[in-house]
Amino acid sequence: MVFKRYVEIGRVAYISFGPHAGSLVAIVDVIDQNRALVDGPCTGVKRQSMPFKCMQLTDYVIKVPHSARQKFVRRAWEKAQVTEKWAGSNWAKKIEARQKRAQMSDFDRFKVMKAKRMRNKIIKHEVKKLQKEAAKKA
Amino acid sequence: MYMSLYRLMAEGDKKKVAKKAHCSRNPVLARGIGRYSRTAMYARRAMYKRKTKTTETKIEKKMKVKTPSTITKTVGGDKNGGTRVVKMRKMPRYYPTEDVPHKLKNHGKKPFSQHKRNLRATITPGTVLVLLTGRHRGKRVVFLKQLSSGLLLVTGPLALNRVPLRRAHQKFVIATATKVDISGMKIPKTLSDAYFKKKRLRRPRHQEGEIFDTEKEKYQLTVQRKEDQKAVDSQLLPLIKKVPQLKGYLRSSFCLSNGVYPHKLVF
Repeated sequence: MVFKRYVEIGRVAYISFGPHAGSLVAIVDVIDQNRALVDGPCTGVKRQSMPFKCMQLTDYVIKVPHSARQKFVRRAWEKAQVTEKWAGSNWAKKIEARQKRAQMSDFDRFKVMKAKRMRNKIIKHEVKKLQKEAAKKA
Repeated sequence: MYMSLYRLMAEGDKKKVAKKAHCSRNPVLARGIGRYSRTAMYARRAMYKRKTKTTETKIEKKMKVKTPSTITKTVGGDKNGGTRVVKMRKMPRYYPTEDVPHKLKNHGKKPFSQHKRNLRATITPGTVLVLLTGRHRGKRVVFLKQLSSGLLLVTGPLALNRVPLRRAHQKFVIATATKVDISGMKIPKTLSDAYFKKKRLRRPRHQEGEIFDTEKEKYQLTVQRKEDQKAVDSQLLPLIKKVPQLKGYLRSSFCLSNGVYPHKLVF
């Protein structure tokens, strides 16, 4: 399969740039080749048209008929537990880690450096131990 | 009804209510021109009620000390011994034949000592700063207070990164978000700009050779500096030790590496 995620009614998309950057929306209808009618009742995005370019498709699809009212989009969203599933996904975790890293103060960076150094020391120590044992056996 | 009003007034008077300052009672007609004259303003502001200084009595006049018009000074040097009388206010030594044109007065140009000092909002007492210039560049340092010249008083502490009590310029410093709670600390009052100013030995004997050989190039540590340093650091070090890893942070120095861009960093 070349493509795994398709633009379909109910496909949950992540908005990558623009005024609503960072939130999830569900594709409710397709307007034309470049735009979709989009709604994010549980993520604070009003029902509006949005170009496909700023959307990135996720794995989640909610069961919703085309042009469904916001009330039903919300119902389907909550039934499929999209927000919880998204929070547990690796994608969302990576985004959060990136944001945390950007907000680090100088002192935080120092603490991270010290923690990394300590961790690597422990790892290297164990690896050396195993290497020694392997060398002894051989 | 009259009586009750009087009683109310008396109760209020005892506390001496502080009145809010009135805005200008002289509306502006054009820039520099008011509606009322000087005497009209005197009446409007009720300055006749505000005479604080009464005419001085004869005893007060006698008590006033007059500054001396002459001073006697001892003669030193070759013609030693004896005294001479010097006038405090001397007559002018030159009277020009034509009037000297007077220069126009300056407006709002103050000498450096009276300039307004600004301090960045991010720099508060106890902030950790990163020095960017000077021999201590890259070192992280604790900010103590702003001196009257506008420079920042800063200390290493000395035991952590060899930065003594020193002045730093606000513009050449990065303020980090890390702060130490310095509110309980007492900084000696003797630490001022005059204390830190570089001393210049200026007694050239006008010899032909060695004109450019300055005597005091090396900085001499004084006992007072050591004491002041100890006084400040002994208060500061326990506060630093309370915050985990802050000691190591102050001992390290700031550096940039690949992929680290200052405009993207949050300090």
